[in-house]
Amino acid sequence: MWKFFHHLTSPPHFYRLAATIIPWLAFPGLVLIAYGSYAGLFVAPEDYQQGDAYRIIYVHVPAAYVSIMAYVLMAVGGGCGLIWRLKLAHAVGAAAAPLGAAFTFLALATGSIWGRPMWGTWWEWGDPRLMSELIMLFLYFGYMALRAAIDETAKADKASAVLALVGVVNVVIVHYSVVWWNSLHQGPTLLKKGGPGMDADMLYPLLAMILGFTLVFGALLARRIRTEVLYRERRTRWVRELILAPGGGR
Amino acid sequence: MKPRQQRMLGVGLTALGVAIAAGLTLRSFDENMMFFVDVSDVVAGDHPMERNFRIGGLVVEGSVEREEGSMEMTFRVTDLQCEIGVRYSGVLPDLFREGQGVVAHGLMGADGIFVADKILAKHDEDYMAPEVAESLARHVADQTMELPDGPAECNSQ
Repeated sequence: MWKFFHHLTSPPHFYRLAATIIPWLAFPGLVLIAYGSYAGLFVAPEDYQQGDAYRIIYVHVPAAYVSIMAYVLMAVGGGCGLIWRLKLAHAVGAAAAPLGAAFTFLALATGSIWGRPMWGTWWEWGDPRLMSELIMLFLYFGYMALRAAIDETAKADKASAVLALVGVVNVVIVHYSVVWWNSLHQGPTLLKKGGPGMDADMLYPLLAMILGFTLVFGALLARRIRTEVLYRERRTRWVRELILAPGGGR
Repeated sequence: MKPRQQRMLGVGLTALGVAIAAGLTLRSFDENMMFFVDVSDVVAGDHPMERNFRIGGLVVEGSVEREEGSMEMTFRVTDLQCEIGVRYSGVLPDLFREGQGVVAHGLMGADGIFVADKILAKHDEDYMAPEVAESLARHVADQTMELPDGPAECNSQ
């Protein structure tokens, strides 16, 4: 079991494996996003209060979900890297951070665009949900800056893994911010007690978008991990052989 | 203890320590973490004096009154226990309507009326088609004001 796991997470093996799984993530993901966008914009009925404006949730919710998932992945990668000294685990964290930051920004931006006409404000300082999501963006930035500031990869891995682990408490705060405190942001719709507070015609496109975003994120992440692995292993023999082989680098 | 187990313990203790520290910090800032004060707390006198704060609740049905030819308006806000009057002059967000959530920023007046300088609408977590909302409204006379145990006593100071 351990032997198999070590083989799976060995950089050259994962490098090849990732190339195989990327299309299996990317294409279903894009199909789901295409269906979700069409059904969300044209098939789903308008909301009884917000009219058509609510349709931004088809981007906002999946983006926010992925922003949290990417952070958890980054922290788990950091933890596994620290404990088991897995080379691949640190590479996962390094590859996930910029993607997570991008999705966090997307969630903040779409929320702001929706908030202006619906709430009556672009941004409210002091709102727990808005602030905790913003702090998550800064955690991503801090993680990337810390990595960039330390030249030695092993040291950068350790320091940034600790930062990622410390920041993981914020993930819990983001999720429960609307439950624990008064917030302008509405409570959870999908994980609401007694089932999702949403019509099925609205719900299915949203679920498709969430799954689609997740799969596309997985494909992008796998691609970034490949690059990261290649760079980290640039002095090893398997990379040299890979590059020098006919049709090198494929 | 093996080095790996030591590292495992280190990571676990770090996570635990941070969680406890964050928990304690958030507890002590609990009131400041609240984006708005509940109407009941305001009525009980548990709110900042002489400085701006936010109140949140539902706009009472039929309470919105506008002055002819001006932006002045008054309405009442409830948390289904207590009510409070709000005076406001300005532009309202799209979602502002009777029976829906609202957050008002302003000062508590001496006359017990909250003078707002900014009104934000708060949306709930339910999404549905207009037809569904209509049919729901037919079955439940007043869905937004529905209470599981009936209205509770409002304790003013």
